[in-house]
Amino acid sequence: MASSSLKDATAIVGIGQTPFAKQLPQSEKTLAARAIVAALDDAGIAPSEVDAFASYTMEETDEVEIAKAVGAGDVTFFSKVGFGGGGSCATIAHLAAAVATGQANVGVAWRSRKRGSGPRPWKNTTAQLPTPAQWTRPFGLLRPADEIGMLTRRYMHEYGATRDHLFNVALACRNRANQNPAAMMYERPLTRDMYMTSRWISEPLCLFDNCLETDGALACVIVSAERARDCRRKPVYVHSVAQGLPAQHHGMVNYWNDDPLSGPAWTAARHLWKQADFGPQDVDVAQIYDAFTPLIPLSLEGYGFCGRGEGGAFTEGGALEIGGRLPLNTGGGGLSEAYVHGFNLINEGVKQLRGTSTAQVPDAATCLVTAGEGVPTSAVLLRA
Amino acid sequence: MADAARTSNLLTPHMDDDGKPFWDYAAKGELRVQACARPDCQELRFPPRPCCPHCQSFDSEWRRMSGKGRIWSYVLPHPPLLPAYAELAPYNAIVVELADAPRIRLVGNLVSEAGAAPNSVDPAKLRIGARVQVVFGEVGGQVLPQWVLERP
Repeated sequence: MASSSLKDATAIVGIGQTPFAKQLPQSEKTLAARAIVAALDDAGIAPSEVDAFASYTMEETDEVEIAKAVGAGDVTFFSKVGFGGGGSCATIAHLAAAVATGQANVGVAWRSRKRGSGPRPWKNTTAQLPTPAQWTRPFGLLRPADEIGMLTRRYMHEYGATRDHLFNVALACRNRANQNPAAMMYERPLTRDMYMTSRWISEPLCLFDNCLETDGALACVIVSAERARDCRRKPVYVHSVAQGLPAQHHGMVNYWNDDPLSGPAWTAARHLWKQADFGPQDVDVAQIYDAFTPLIPLSLEGYGFCGRGEGGAFTEGGALEIGGRLPLNTGGGGLSEAYVHGFNLINEGVKQLRGTSTAQVPDAATCLVTAGEGVPTSAVLLRA
Repeated sequence: MADAARTSNLLTPHMDDDGKPFWDYAAKGELRVQACARPDCQELRFPPRPCCPHCQSFDSEWRRMSGKGRIWSYVLPHPPLLPAYAELAPYNAIVVELADAPRIRLVGNLVSEAGAAPNSVDPAKLRIGARVQVVFGEVGGQVLPQWVLERP
């Protein structure tokens, strides 16, 4: 059972999700329980077999509440990763490590959020967000959009990236959402004119450069590769996992080191590819964290799909669309399906490798899923 | 002070032990950055922290800067914002790299004069690379470093 490598030692065998909407009536806890029960049902595994949980901040429903709500068994492993959307894929990494080393047998990762109808975290002026707020907030750098907007302006200045490049990202995600009946933007096409004339949020970022605000929850189930072969669904193997906190990194206000435009993606990527049997050129489809459109060109560079400064140009010529060089966020992503701190990207990766996506990449066998760039991050390579 | 009524509700720095000297010096009209005090190290660091990341010395001093710099990047925030900021929107927030130490960058506002509001400069004047000079103005009862264009 115990293994010296995580490579393909575990698999995701169940996924579940609630509806996504600007406002759902159920509590965050209820949404979490529904997503987890659905994921276990999808896997064909009884809740009483669950003995591991992994979540990430800012999840407000803790393991005690979840375990007793869904009827988990005796739990022997539980972890919680920090830094909001940077922790999404780390939940998979932690559960894979726990299952592969015999700490647990059935792991559940989840995310439930009421970011659509609940408060915006940056509006809280008493709780300090995990950034050195005294150096930024008095000057009106209040929101993640402002912090990332600052890096975006510099990125555009240094490398010649344009608003059209950011639009290419927004459009690819919207086009996939238009194929996905579960997406919040299913019936809402986007045009270049709409993008270019939309209101600013923090110039150079406009409305369509920002993710959605969503109520909803998702979950997935991880077991050993051996157990996975007996499950109801086709296993999706966890091929490689990584977390990344670079030296002298400062989070979304990464202005205080030698190279502010290279972030946690670079650190996670080095470890991810080192452990993998394949490289960026072999990735069939990617689910890249998209709280803001500029995170895509940065992540494309960080994960090695192109060189430094080439992330904007990479998006040209339909590269991110189905049939392009790297089909992106095929459920619509945080920009157009739902913003649930990136967990929908994990589940969409599983759907692609099962062959059940609403925007299926033909014969997809490898998928990169990433967590938030610009904060201590994580990533996972999935394979069919 | 110019614009005092318009800026009285802006957030003031939520200081920690490491950052407090920066604000105390600012109140005296001095821009100082934390530096390692070990003679063979002397590296500047920002934001301030207990220990030098280069040599692990816990001895530090606060080195005075000339206050000259260049705009490294900027944004123009629009609503939704906290109410006091929404009233000023669009305003600017800038990152300045210091002429004395280009890897030390400070977030601030480009203003027309000391104490002016963060929307007191025409956004068309903002440009990456523009030379700026620190001034000190009272905002919400707290003295903050602010920045004016060297050639307005």
